[in-house]
Amino acid sequence: MSAPTTAAERKKAISDPDFDVSTRQLPPRGPETKPMTNVDKDWLAIVAFTVIVLGMPWWLQPLGAAYPDLMQKFAIYGIFALGFNLLFGLTGYLSFGHAAFLGIGSYAAVWSFKLFTMNIIPAVLFAMLVAAVAAVFIGFISLRRSGIYFSILTLALAQMCYNLAYSVLTPITNGETGLRVLRDDPRVLDAMTGTERTGSLIGSLFGEKMVGYPGFYLCAVLLIIAFYIALRIMRSPFGMMLRAIKSNQHRMIYTGFNPRPYMLTIFVVSGMYSGLAGALLAITDPLAGAERMQWTASGEVVLMTILGGAGTISGPILGAGIIKYFENIFSALNDSALSSAFSFLPPAPREFLVTIVSPFVGEGWHLTLGILFMVIVIFLPGGIMEGIRRIWKLVTRRGSSSSKTEVQPAE
Amino acid sequence: MSNAVLHVSNVQKSFGGLRALTDIDLEVEQGKTHAIIGPNGAGKSTLLNVCIGRLPPDSGKVIFAGQTITGRAPYEINQLGVARVFQTPEIFPDLSLLQNVMVPAFAKRDGTFRMNALSSLEKEKELRAEAEHLLEEFGLLHLYAKQAASLSRGDKRRLELAMCLIQHPKLLLLDEPTAGMSRHDTNRTIDLLQRIKERGMTKVIIEHDMHVVFSLADRISVLAQGKIIAEGAPDEVRGNPKVQEAYLGGAH
Repeated sequence: MSAPTTAAERKKAISDPDFDVSTRQLPPRGPETKPMTNVDKDWLAIVAFTVIVLGMPWWLQPLGAAYPDLMQKFAIYGIFALGFNLLFGLTGYLSFGHAAFLGIGSYAAVWSFKLFTMNIIPAVLFAMLVAAVAAVFIGFISLRRSGIYFSILTLALAQMCYNLAYSVLTPITNGETGLRVLRDDPRVLDAMTGTERTGSLIGSLFGEKMVGYPGFYLCAVLLIIAFYIALRIMRSPFGMMLRAIKSNQHRMIYTGFNPRPYMLTIFVVSGMYSGLAGALLAITDPLAGAERMQWTASGEVVLMTILGGAGTISGPILGAGIIKYFENIFSALNDSALSSAFSFLPPAPREFLVTIVSPFVGEGWHLTLGILFMVIVIFLPGGIMEGIRRIWKLVTRRGSSSSKTEVQPAE
Repeated sequence: MSNAVLHVSNVQKSFGGLRALTDIDLEVEQGKTHAIIGPNGAGKSTLLNVCIGRLPPDSGKVIFAGQTITGRAPYEINQLGVARVFQTPEIFPDLSLLQNVMVPAFAKRDGTFRMNALSSLEKEKELRAEAEHLLEEFGLLHLYAKQAASLSRGDKRRLELAMCLIQHPKLLLLDEPTAGMSRHDTNRTIDLLQRIKERGMTKVIIEHDMHVVFSLADRISVLAQGKIIAEGAPDEVRGNPKVQEAYLGGAH
């Protein structure tokens, strides 16, 4: 791309109305000369994310969290929060009923195991499809309102799903007992291909049972794919429109956009992410219960997203990891574990410290999480990612004085 | 008048017992700048809101480029080629200036909805170049990566104007485009608007500042208490005793 340099070219530029505007000379602004574009940065982010996720069994070791069942949870709830954030982070519409899609995804996956095959691919696809259909329905109703009314509508509809699962829909959900895979289920595809299941009934992929490390790697790979797609959505013109709707819906309407289909689309995509997470829960533990759809589960994903940083790509995943870590590791700490942690101290101060700290661990892990959440919301409204960004800025301030030039805000 | 781009015909609008607009007939000719003036509360903004689809009229209709637009959604009216600058700048405060200008450019190109969730913004080089070019023309290019919320009020107004112009609308409605601006900024805005006029864009402008009105308008309608009490070329209106009584005399 070069500016018109000769007099003839310049004359052409002026006289020819069809002269390509992109070749006109603009004041120096830098993005073209910058060695790294947004696209390069995104690839770097995806590579880094892949390394971090697949490396979890190693770097979680010192934190005591490197066992597959917990790492599966990190990845699954990471997908759940990622999907929730596509709606909340981009458009500002706070759904308080996303757990409904999680539960629907789980039920759909178990039904796929019961009716079709123990292979997980149909289960995942079926769960996402059913979640999408549910999201079209719930979204169509809820998106007639915005703000708090939207939140209440989603909450009400999700609670309706929860209560239906316990009452009218018992033939589908098996009520309080929970839906489980049985040996004499039809499984028509397995019967046709003559695959006979022996041993425990667990979802499998090409003969590999999805428990333990294989289960974790399945969730991890799907998390990476989900991350990549979320990043693409955030970087797309579609993502910019969603941000514009969040910023000023009024202007959006007078600018010639109909916000409704945009909102419904992202609501459905977000519901499908939740359905995928629900399917993975059912795959790694083939039992679906309605408690997964309760409003506390919807609240949890809101906490995860805000804790990590709403609107950022990696914040919600970080938030999901922290909450699941607290729930599983912090809650297991007891007084004797604390005494051994403080064993380097003489007995008196050790006792004192244990007394002080013990209400905050074990059963009291909610207390610590609550305090952490309050501190983050008050001092870092942008979540943990904002904290990281601020530290990063402090570190690099002296290094470079070049201004940010990307179209999108940095994540 | 066959040359009319906008034809407001017999429009009535009441809010409760208050008659905001009574028997409004207005014709705006292609390529002309039509100013609507009148004292506060005369119904000027209501009239624009009816034209843009924000308020439905009680009766009467608005015809734009041969199509009746009353009862249509605001985004459909915009897609037909009507853009509006609001009295308080309506921009996207959380987006960068460049994005602010690119969003309407997408609306112009892609229509009311397009599913492009997996394409990349980086590929939209043409739209970006167009947006940058317009920002340059408006003297805002050096701020292009800034959040629009950080702009001064005058810059926000100019940004909003740029957002409208990137759509190359057939009709531009301006609601007090210079309200609250310094004299310097007002003159810059007049320059900008005059330049648009040379491109042949039709404009309807509501304005209190007579300096702005008389430097831009080809035709003036005077609105008082919901009625058009006078209409004509600037000089005719200036000399009209009814106008002086209702507006110029009353206000000063």
